[in-house]
Amino acid sequence: MKPVPPQSFNAETDALLVRGVSHRFGPVPALDDVSLRVPRGGFVVLLGPNGAGKSTLFALITRLFDNVTGEIRILGHDVRRQPAAALRQLGVVFQSRSLDADLTVLQNLAYHAALHGIGRPEGRRRALEALDKVGLADRAGARVRTLSGGQSRRVEIARALLHDPACLLLDEATVGLDVASRESALAIVRGLVKERGVGVLWATHLVDEVADDDRVVLLHKGRVRFAGPVPDLLDLAQEGSLRGAFMRVTEDARATEARA
Amino acid sequence: MTATTATGARPGRLDLAGYLACFNGIVWREVLRFLHQRERFLAALVRPLVWLFIFAAGFRQVLGVSIIPPYETYVLYEVFVTPGLVAMVLLFNAMQTSLSMVHDRETGTMRTLLVSPFPRSFLLLSKLMGGVAVALLQAYAFLLIAYFWEVEPPPIGYLAVLPALVLSGLMLGALALFMSSVIRQLENFAGVMNFVIFPMFFASSALYPLWRIKESSPLLYEICGANPFTYAVELIRFALYGQLEPVSLAVVVGFTAAFLAAAVFAYNPSKGLLARRGEPGRGGG
Repeated sequence: MKPVPPQSFNAETDALLVRGVSHRFGPVPALDDVSLRVPRGGFVVLLGPNGAGKSTLFALITRLFDNVTGEIRILGHDVRRQPAAALRQLGVVFQSRSLDADLTVLQNLAYHAALHGIGRPEGRRRALEALDKVGLADRAGARVRTLSGGQSRRVEIARALLHDPACLLLDEATVGLDVASRESALAIVRGLVKERGVGVLWATHLVDEVADDDRVVLLHKGRVRFAGPVPDLLDLAQEGSLRGAFMRVTEDARATEARA
Repeated sequence: MTATTATGARPGRLDLAGYLACFNGIVWREVLRFLHQRERFLAALVRPLVWLFIFAAGFRQVLGVSIIPPYETYVLYEVFVTPGLVAMVLLFNAMQTSLSMVHDRETGTMRTLLVSPFPRSFLLLSKLMGGVAVALLQAYAFLLIAYFWEVEPPPIGYLAVLPALVLSGLMLGALALFMSSVIRQLENFAGVMNFVIFPMFFASSALYPLWRIKESSPLLYEICGANPFTYAVELIRFALYGQLEPVSLAVVVGFTAAFLAAAVFAYNPSKGLLARRGEPGRGGG
């Protein structure tokens, strides 16, 4: 198999830049020299099986805890050194459901707006605007526990947009959704890339969520095994389908590690 | 005005107005959550009332309370025990907040708070104040009912007790916040009941005057003297009668600062416990 092609970075204009990030939990390595970039107005799929290190990478990008080595920049702002400037440009949809089920949709969104320093009247206005964008304006007053899984996800997407971030992270955003809801969530996010110029990092383990012309970053056992457009991955792996290429790359990685 | 960037984006504000909006939002959410959970309000109220109506009534004849400050006359046991029960309301509420934070962490809600661009210490303090606001609602509701049970402190006491409640609530809340970072799973909360709530409550001056404890067990008296909850109870007891107890105030302020520092350290992104344990790794990605 051919080597992974190098990536060019632009620290100032990239929505997200991750360079040389490694992390371990005690003796267990979780990420090893991970680099990737998401340009503004770009949609990048972070593809990896369970346990690949996607959630750890997200935890570092969102500064749940600090990256030990390497750098992470959001719109040029270093997450560790300039956390406020970086995090205000970041919207996140977490893997686990994170809405407050006891509160209404609008109350949840107003809370999130407040977390970004947006007062109540403005927060309410933005919330209604964002709900309209995801087709849920009529559910603003509904308790979150009455929403379907797909609707909750759309509310979480609306929530992530309230403070107009330059970069949007979605961690396994379609887990537990039916096909129609998955497609709807994906279509909304792809639309945002075009309309607002948001840079999106879409983490998933499902190859059928990747479009033919998407850029993918293939993460396996904490390492980036490939980064580039899908056709290049197919070419590199000498496979006709993305599923085949994905299997091939991960198997090659396993074989290499077994030999080592 | 909200700042607008060259790209037309309107990120939130990080100035004073932004801080205020963030603080209000966090406190308001805690209050809203509490009001939505009526059974929680009921449970929070019933617990001290059971102690007041049943336990205190039963012990009225058994336990004599001599004239000790701040009381100027002999008082009924119900009157003596009320400040301790108010402190119990604060203690249970703080632990409830701790429980909800462990729950929030497990479900992911906590991460929406921590990903805010405001400093983490500010976010945690705001969360703490939200818990205190809820505790105040419970404490005053209890004091109102106790009034009709012949526990009638002077009117000024209801005002004077407010800062004492806030401070004691902050101390217990900060302890709970620190504990929420240490507790790995919700199931461990039973341990919190056994090893934190009950010892703190029983080994204090909440139920019996310290001189009585000293008579029966000097060792227990020493333990009560080392228990910060004792000082919270005494601070509230004196404040409820319009008096300030300086030693209790100093101890409560000191423990509040220490617990807060421990909680902020535990949630620190680079040094804290979350970083060492890899909390979000459970997600599987």
